[in-house]
Amino acid sequence: MFLQQLVNGVALGSVYALIALGYTMVYGIITLINFAHGEIFMAGAFVGLLLVATFKVNVFVAIIGAMVFCMLMGVVIELIAYRPLRKSSRLSALISAIGVSIFLSSLALMVFGADAKGFPDGAFPVKQIKVGSADISTLQLLIIGVSAALMMGLEFIVQKTKIGKAMRATSEDYNTSALMGINVNRVISFTFALGSALAAAGGVLVGVLFNAVSFNMGLMAGLKAFAAAVLGGIGSIPGAMLGGLLLGVSEVFGVAIGYSSYRDAIAFTILVLVLLVKPTGLLGQKITKKV
Amino acid sequence: MADFLNSLVGSIDPYMLQILVNVGIAIVLALGLNVITGLTGQLSLGHAAFMSIGAFTSAMVTIKTGLPFFANLAVTGVVTAIVAAMIGFPILRLTGDYLAICTLGFAEIVKVFFLNFEPTNKALGLTVPPAKTVIPMPIYVWVVAILAIVLVTFVQNSRFGRALKAIREDEIAADAMGINTARYKIQAFALGSFMAGIGGGLYAHFLSYINPSDFGFLKSVDILSMVVLGGLGSVPGSVIGASVLASAPEFLRFMSQYRMLVYGALLVFLMVFRPNGLLGGVNVTELLLRAIGKKPAGKA
Repeated sequence: MFLQQLVNGVALGSVYALIALGYTMVYGIITLINFAHGEIFMAGAFVGLLLVATFKVNVFVAIIGAMVFCMLMGVVIELIAYRPLRKSSRLSALISAIGVSIFLSSLALMVFGADAKGFPDGAFPVKQIKVGSADISTLQLLIIGVSAALMMGLEFIVQKTKIGKAMRATSEDYNTSALMGINVNRVISFTFALGSALAAAGGVLVGVLFNAVSFNMGLMAGLKAFAAAVLGGIGSIPGAMLGGLLLGVSEVFGVAIGYSSYRDAIAFTILVLVLLVKPTGLLGQKITKKV
Repeated sequence: MADFLNSLVGSIDPYMLQILVNVGIAIVLALGLNVITGLTGQLSLGHAAFMSIGAFTSAMVTIKTGLPFFANLAVTGVVTAIVAAMIGFPILRLTGDYLAICTLGFAEIVKVFFLNFEPTNKALGLTVPPAKTVIPMPIYVWVVAILAIVLVTFVQNSRFGRALKAIREDEIAADAMGINTARYKIQAFALGSFMAGIGGGLYAHFLSYINPSDFGFLKSVDILSMVVLGGLGSVPGSVIGASVLASAPEFLRFMSQYRMLVYGALLVFLMVFRPNGLLGGVNVTELLLRAIGKKPAGKA
């Protein structure tokens, strides 16, 4: 029972973590809460669904297709809606992000309709594997595996490549990195591309897991992933992974012990409690304000 | 008196009247948030939670007691303000986006609480009996809206308002100048929530049906957009922002299914072209004085 719920929780949590990474990277660099991120996750799910249902490709190809599509989408959104507002107040950019979010979800409503769509049968062969007392489905293994691989890939890009170094520098100090000859605009575009790709992968995985893709799936998933990012300490990449897993596991356990109608409140209650004790999140750095 | 007011309300096209009432309620809500976010600089993403607390409190007061409507609204406002102060006490220690996410989280918790709260019919929602007053609702809403405008204008120019602005500009400096920042922040939070509660009460009695799901994240965002679009910290700005955004979905109705699409795009474009809001950085009194020729143009 315990093991079973733990696996369910980790599977859900790794999807939250994938989305949370996009929030946290964008926030780390331009301190913008990108509210359109949940909608990119939704778009990723739809692209994946289209690829599987219409073009009959397998799930892995669909994930890659969705990632590529959402990369472009993320870059274009940044270019149109956020870049002109880079120098103005952060709230203006926030409202702009909310505008993008409303735009995208109503676009999806128009194009795909209001009812949830499922993946065709046999899109991914589901088998149950018995481990001890738990039934682990291959679907959960797929989710955990893909998420882990993507996070390792991200860690490699951020820590070992030149553009990753530029990202870290820009998030450390935006102005100084610009003076040191880093093309800040390109770094920001790249960050949006990376974050959106991860969200798209999360979208396809969630779509396959729950077998439902709908125009409003981005809202709650986005809010919870954002909560996960803040819980781990916003701006911190390991923090986002930790926060996502924590929220996923605690949500599944909360439902398992009978609080299913409070499901959506569990994540936020944990978040509020943690912030009261540790105001910058679990792994966030304490910022001393200079006068 | 009541007959006259009723005939006055009856002479307006009902559809128009509905938009006008929506705008009036939006003004009360936006001005409340303007005190918290615009004046004090504390970003709140959970204003709808206080609206819902107000709406349910006010509805329960009408159902359970025979209080006249103005007393009902006063009780509602005070209850909401007390809840806000209790919540504000711990969470206002957080700054910036941590505060924002905390208010958001709180709003979700409130929503789920009401969705599971037996006395208010859980997720079925609550049917609200008519308000105990002879004055028609639309007039009531607008009287409250005008009172709210007057109140916030006074607050803005008072000693209290100046302290709030000081906190917004630089909290550390304000603290060093002897302003009790924690107390002022809580008071601002309570005042803004007081107005949200009253707005919620009006909303409940005007629609005569409330559901916890009506007060979700999108509602909070709606109110925040009004404040930011109008121009942070500006009272005329909030009024205009509320009027534009509360009536926009109705005026965009001719586009039927493209309505929300255009609304989203509109938000983005307004922000890109007027990043400080429609009236951000515009001194309205100055403009008015110039328009009636009391002050020569060009001199600031």
